[in-house]
Amino acid sequence: MNPLPYIVAAWLFIIGLYGIVTSRNFIHLIMCLAVLQSSTYVFLLAIGYRIGGGPPVFATVPVGTPAVDPIVQALLLTDIVVEATVVALLLALAIEIHKNLGTMNPDEVVELQG
Amino acid sequence: MVVLQMTILLFVGITGTAVVFTRDPVRQVVGLSFYGIILGLLFFILQAPDVALSQITIGAVALPLMFMLCLAKVRRDSEQRKRQGKSAPRREAA
Amino acid sequence: MSRRVRQSLFIVSALALFGVLISAAREMPAFGHFYGAYGELLNRETVYERHVTDVVTAVNFDWRGIDTLGEESILFLAVIGATLLLRRQASEAGKSNNDDSRDDENKTRNVPLPSAATRVATLGLVGPLVVFGLYIVTHGHLTPGGGFQGGVVLATAPLLVYLAGDLKTFKKIISHVLVEAGEALGVGGFLLLGLPGMIIGGAYLRNVLAQGTTGNLFSGGMIPLINLCTGMAVAAGLISVIYAFLEHTLELRLQGKK
Repeated sequence: MNPLPYIVAAWLFIIGLYGIVTSRNFIHLIMCLAVLQSSTYVFLLAIGYRIGGGPPVFATVPVGTPAVDPIVQALLLTDIVVEATVVALLLALAIEIHKNLGTMNPDEVVELQG
Repeated sequence: MVVLQMTILLFVGITGTAVVFTRDPVRQVVGLSFYGIILGLLFFILQAPDVALSQITIGAVALPLMFMLCLAKVRRDSEQRKRQGKSAPRREAA
Repeated sequence: MSRRVRQSLFIVSALALFGVLISAAREMPAFGHFYGAYGELLNRETVYERHVTDVVTAVNFDWRGIDTLGEESILFLAVIGATLLLRRQASEAGKSNNDDSRDDENKTRNVPLPSAATRVATLGLVGPLVVFGLYIVTHGHLTPGGGFQGGVVLATAPLLVYLAGDLKTFKKIISHVLVEAGEALGVGGFLLLGLPGMIIGGAYLRNVLAQGTTGNLFSGGMIPLINLCTGMAVAAGLISVIYAFLEHTLELRLQGKK
């Protein structure tokens, strides 16, 4: 059990990278990028976990109870929202490429124009 | 519970692989939405309710929504191009 | 190089990378036994020093507020970029209207109005969803939640109006000038809330207001205020992006109905 979360995170990273390299459609590529980003979330949360700990919210429990690490969670929750807007920017770029070149295949967009 | 965590981790790995290997974008969006929910469940089991809230709202609602809007726009643009007779991608010399 | 060569080169290097990552994973501390001193310290001290019960929100907006400011500026710039790329040029607007209206009339006129059950259910849920989003934003320092999560919930509330088929109201809601103003106010408010800390001689984004009692809504000094600014910025940003994607489609469908 011990290194299983890290192995799953590494596997998701590699499989996302494989999807990006062998993609034939820009939108498929951006979704594989989302899978790649989620591998870092799994990795960070696995680092912060403590066995027997509860969530780092002390509204109903007294302050001494063991809790998991709050810093990685703070890092992740802003990261997830920012990922959504960055994906929107990438989709806008894909739409522009399609409007100008008529193709959604990364292999056909080979030369820089202008 | 160790068995629960192991099961959800394996499920996340399998679902992520399935999302990458689905080549058609329209089907992949549905798979991505399901992946977002399973990932939110994993974050909840790892005692991170804030992150799980964020992931469920973004990964299961906002991201698939943006992908669907983009797909609709691309389809409309490509139909417009076909109507105007420019179906081949425009390429310069060589 | 051709596609085959590229893919085979990638598979070799990916296997090597996977091997390196697995051997690194075996040397990490065992899952669940990692001791982070900073995290332990914050868990112990946040309730006493800042009188808030949600440590993650306190880390986001107080202990590491400057990092959240960076993330929010990424969000702001990405929204500006997406809306800039998708706006319709004036010349393009005149040209495409003539081409599209002939053939899209067939498509847009055949879209039926949603059934009565759908309309009642979605329009009835808009109010509770807005209230729920505001609840998550304002109670972010007491229970899991905060500006980011609540802002996303608020941004998906107008979509229920779109699902009910009420396109005119939907367009009026999301193209309102308050959406752009809300985003600017959210990010600008966050920036300006850091200044009182500097004026009294401390660091930027220092928590200068009175702390209040633990568990109340008005506790934590400046954390609820920064929470509200962030919620406004995130909600307005996501609505702007959705409007940028849907602008052209909405106009065509509204014209098709006339």
